[in-house]
Amino acid sequence: MTEAAPLFSFESVSVGPPDARRLDRLDAELPVGGLTVIAGPSGSGKSTLLRLCNRLEVPSAGVVRHRGTDVAQRDPLQLRREVAMVFQRPVTFPGTVLDNLREADPACDEQRGAELLERAGLDASFLTRDAGELSGGEAQRACLARSLATNPRVMLMDEPTSALDAKASAVLERLGQQLVGAGTPVVWVTHSEAQLRRLADHVLLLEGGHAQRSGAAKEVPGGAER
Amino acid sequence: MRSGDVGYLGLAASLVLIAVALAISLRLALRLERDLVVSVVRGLVQLLIVGAALAIIIDPDTSLVWSWLWVAGIVVFAAATNKRRAPAVPGLFWIALVANGASAIVGFGVAFGLGIFPVEGRTLVPIAGMLIGNSMKSGIVVAERLVEALADGRAEVEARLALGQPWTAASRPIVRSALRVALSPQIENTKALGIVFLPGAMTGLILAGVEPLDAVLVQLALMYLILGGTATTTAITALGSVRRLFTDDHRLVALLRSRRDVG
Repeated sequence: MTEAAPLFSFESVSVGPPDARRLDRLDAELPVGGLTVIAGPSGSGKSTLLRLCNRLEVPSAGVVRHRGTDVAQRDPLQLRREVAMVFQRPVTFPGTVLDNLREADPACDEQRGAELLERAGLDASFLTRDAGELSGGEAQRACLARSLATNPRVMLMDEPTSALDAKASAVLERLGQQLVGAGTPVVWVTHSEAQLRRLADHVLLLEGGHAQRSGAAKEVPGGAER
Repeated sequence: MRSGDVGYLGLAASLVLIAVALAISLRLALRLERDLVVSVVRGLVQLLIVGAALAIIIDPDTSLVWSWLWVAGIVVFAAATNKRRAPAVPGLFWIALVANGASAIVGFGVAFGLGIFPVEGRTLVPIAGMLIGNSMKSGIVVAERLVEALADGRAEVEARLALGQPWTAASRPIVRSALRVALSPQIENTKALGIVFLPGAMTGLILAGVEPLDAVLVQLALMYLILGGTATTTAITALGSVRRLFTDDHRLVALLRSRRDVG
């Protein structure tokens, strides 16, 4: 592992068969600190790029590196516990919220559960709630707490507010920023220009499977033109 | 003529019910007439051929090798049928071959090893047919159900994988549910024995004039063999299939019914 290396780098990465590439010889780097927003229209390859980072997907060609190390050389289970992910739609497992947390950390007791929920903006009373009966916003925060239970060093968020109302979205955006403030870099996928402007420290704009522009948010005004 | 003899006239008379089915299909425009006729003719020809072949095989002068070859043919055919019904599972033919073969070995081991039935042509082929026929059905159900449930439940499976769970843990709820779905009918059948469901072998024996209690004993032994064989096949098919639906690096392979969003 190299500390100076980018959080993730993509070297000539292609995904999908030659006649239907979802990413096509993409070169890009995501910096170590702050909140990086990956934006682009639907079908531009944003989610695919994110899924390469925790190896839910593998490239057909090219290399993906995490802090300088080829992710293909890493134990995928260990990598996924370090590089956690919150999905577009909250997926809760059967049982209580505490049961859900224990899927990520079997040793999670009520005290630790309460701490995790607090970091996800939920109070301890949610521990005993049936996860299947939470509202969309609550479920997404419970999923965030569950992802935090593996003590990740990076948080990937794949359009985490797309199924939420404005109020719940604002809460989740604030939680993402709090994670960054606490030292956990966040990579956030969105197709919302407004969200990009609110959140991004760094931006990577994709279009048609290619990196269109990237850099510090203030240097990439192109995101606002989309 | 014994009471169980049907004769060709009797067989022809039973076709009256096929005429009823045809009439229903025509009246309700189900367009099943062609399928009905094909299935009746095909079933008739197949069973007459099987009957003629069985007559040769159960002859005490015929070598048992022919019976064993027949059993092997049943196992291979069952595996091919399984493969055809759930093509999304890579290598399912070989998995099903092992699964149905194991069912035959376990079933025969008990049936013949413990001396429940004598090893003869007239026992080998019919027992294999009943055993593998039922095992095959459950094997197909479990493979189909697994593919469907993994495709529909991809989001949950990937949420588990993303927490660092290995594929075995991430797929466990789905494998359990598929096994339950596949085994339930056989378990329910066994529960309903004699109340709702008078099984084929027993019915056949009674129709052929065998004492009901003797027929019951034969049927019970067969039902237990079938239940054990079905459980064996289903478990091997499920575990073998699910292994092939995940990669070595714990990713769920692309499945036809997948509805994953690609942003």
